[in-house]
Amino acid sequence: MAKVTTSILIATALLATAACSKKRPAVIPPAPSDTAPVDPNAGGNGAIVPGSRADFERSVTSNTVNFALDSYDIDGSARAILDSQAAWLAKYPNVTVSLEGHCDERGTREYNLALGDRRANSAKNYLAARGVAAGRISTISYGKERPLALGSDDQSLAQNRRAVTIVLN
Amino acid sequence: MLPKTMLKTLLTVSGAALLAGTAAAQDVPAQQAAPAPAPQAGAANPQEPNAQQGGELVVDVVGGIAAPLGIAIPTMPTTEPVDTPAGRTDALGVQLSKIISTDLRNSGLFKPLEAGVKPVAFSEVTAPTFEYWTGAGASALVQGYVRATGDGTLTVGCYLYDVTSRNEIARQGFVVPPSDWRRAGHKCADMVYSKLTGEGPYFDSRVVYVSETGPKGRRIKRLAIMDQDGENHRFLTNGQAIALTPRLSPDQRSIVYMSYLNDRPAIYVYDLASGRQRLLVGNTDLTFAPRVSPDSRWVLFSMARSSNTDIYRVPLAGGTPQRLTTSTAIDTGGTYSPDGSRIAFESDRSGTQQLYVMNADGSQQQRISFGSGRYATPVWSPRGDLIAYTKIGGSFRIGVMSPAGGNEKLLTDGSQDEGPSWSPNGRVLMFFRSSGGGSGKADLWSVDLTGVNVRRVPTVLDGSDPAWGPLRP
Repeated sequence: MAKVTTSILIATALLATAACSKKRPAVIPPAPSDTAPVDPNAGGNGAIVPGSRADFERSVTSNTVNFALDSYDIDGSARAILDSQAAWLAKYPNVTVSLEGHCDERGTREYNLALGDRRANSAKNYLAARGVAAGRISTISYGKERPLALGSDDQSLAQNRRAVTIVLN
Repeated sequence: MLPKTMLKTLLTVSGAALLAGTAAAQDVPAQQAAPAPAPQAGAANPQEPNAQQGGELVVDVVGGIAAPLGIAIPTMPTTEPVDTPAGRTDALGVQLSKIISTDLRNSGLFKPLEAGVKPVAFSEVTAPTFEYWTGAGASALVQGYVRATGDGTLTVGCYLYDVTSRNEIARQGFVVPPSDWRRAGHKCADMVYSKLTGEGPYFDSRVVYVSETGPKGRRIKRLAIMDQDGENHRFLTNGQAIALTPRLSPDQRSIVYMSYLNDRPAIYVYDLASGRQRLLVGNTDLTFAPRVSPDSRWVLFSMARSSNTDIYRVPLAGGTPQRLTTSTAIDTGGTYSPDGSRIAFESDRSGTQQLYVMNADGSQQQRISFGSGRYATPVWSPRGDLIAYTKIGGSFRIGVMSPAGGNEKLLTDGSQDEGPSWSPNGRVLMFFRSSGGGSGKADLWSVDLTGVNVRRVPTVLDGSDPAWGPLRP
C-alpha cells in the first residue's frame, strides 16, 4: 500500500511532543496511585551538555526511524540513522536510552501495542548488534496512542510508523 | 381477574449487603405484606413469549426493527410525594418512565408514545383504562408506581399490559436504596423487553470504557465506568497515565485494564469496592489485552517477551503466567467462550491478522476467518453462538461470524469502527468509532444484530474501548 518515505523529523517537534505529553490535565479527579511525572529536561539552561538528550538529538542523523506498513524491518535509511545513534552512544557509555515503538492508526489498538513493541525491539536489536549494550536500552510500545503527525493521509501515517530513541537522564 | 401474585425482588446494595424487599404491587394503596417466595414475574400468566397463539403480543427481534411496537409508558404516580435522597417521589416517577422509555426506544424494537400520554392515577395502576390507550395508539402499556418506604428504601412497582387483549402480561416490584433508584427503571424496562421479545434482559448493566479528551497527539485516556445508558458516570483514574482496554470481571468486583503508570505499560487489576489497583504480572515485559474468564478466576492476556507476543493466562488473584500460544507471530486478543472451555484469538501467523480458536489449554489451534482483508479483536457472544470482530479492509467495520467460521455478517459501515463488546443478552454490540483526520475524536456506538439500529452512546467526554458488563443481580 503506502510507500514509506523516511523523512528527517524535526527534533524540536519531537521535544515538544515529549514535553507536552507530561502535562497534567486541567481537571483531575483523585488518582488511584499515580505518581507525579518528572521533567527529564529540567536543569538545562542554555548550553547543551555533552552526553545529554539535547546533545544526542543535535549529533545524530535523527532520533527516529520509520517503518513500512505493518512492518518492523530496519531498512537502509533506518540503518544509517541507527548507525549514527550507535556512534554517539559509543562515546557516552553511561547513557541509557528508551526506544519508543509507534504505529499508525490503520491497525487495531491491541495489535498495534504488539507491533510497536516489535518496532522498538527491532531498533534495539540493531543498536545492540552495533555494540550498544542491550542493558542500556529499554523499550516501550505506544501502539497508535501517540501519533506524531495528526493527519490520516498516507504521509502522516508513514511518519507515525516509527521508533524513537530517547536519552534518559 | 388479575392474578394476585406476591412479588419479591432482591437487589444488591453497594456490592456488599443484600437488601430483601417485598413489593406487593397489586395492593393499592400498599399494605404491609409478609415476605413470600418470589414467583417468576408473570408466572401466573404463563406463556412462551415467542409462541404465536391467538392475538398474543410478541415482538420479533429481527422484523420488529422495521415496525417498532407502540408502547405507552405514563409517568409513574406515587402514593404521596415524599422527599428522599434521590429526590421527591413524584419527580422520580417522571424520571422512571423516561428511563424505561429511553431503554426500550434504544433497543430499536419499541416506539414509546410521544403524544397522548395521560397522567395515571395511583388507583389506575392495576386497573388500566384500556380504551384510552387503544385510542392513543399503544399496543402495550407499562404502568407503575413509586413509594418511599419507612426504612429509607424506595419501592417501584412495574406492570406490563397487552392493550389489545386487555390482559396483564407481567408485573414485578423492586425495592432499591435511593442511590440505586435508576436501576428500578432499568429492571422494569428489562422485564418489558424480555417478556415481549423472548430475549434476555440487558438494560440493568454497566459499561467500563476509556474516556478520552485532548488533542490527537497527546490524548488523555482515563478509565471510566457508567450505566449502560451513560448515566451514573464516574472516572476511575485521573489521566496522568494512559489507560486502555478495560474489561469488567463477570463477578463485577474488578476491572482489568492496561495502564502506562510509571511509563511501564502493564495490566492492572482495579478493585471497584476499594478503588485500589495492583499489577497483575510483576515483571518488566509488556502485558496487555486482558480478558477475565467467565468464572472470574483467570485473566487471559498478551505478553511481549523478546519482541514476541503470545497469549497467556494467570489467576486473577495473581500468580505465575501460563503460556498458551507459542508461535513467533503476534498472538493477542484472546477471549473465552461463555463456558470457559474455548478461546478465540487473533494472530498474524499467516502473514496478516486472522481469527483462530483453540481449547482453553492452548491445544487444537485452528483458523476460522478466511474472507478478504484482516480480522481483529474477536469477542465471544455471551450466548456462545457468535464471535464479533473488527474487520479491516480499507476501513474498520464491526462484524459477526459463527465460532466455527463462516456466516460472516458486517454490521456497521463506518470508516473506523473498532473493538466490539457484547450486551449481556448477546443481541447488541457496543464499539468505538474514530473520526479520521486531525481531531483524534472517538465515540461509543452500539449496533444490534440486525445492523439496522446503529446509535451513539452518550458519554461525558469522548470514548473508546467499551466493555459491556454482565446484567446486575
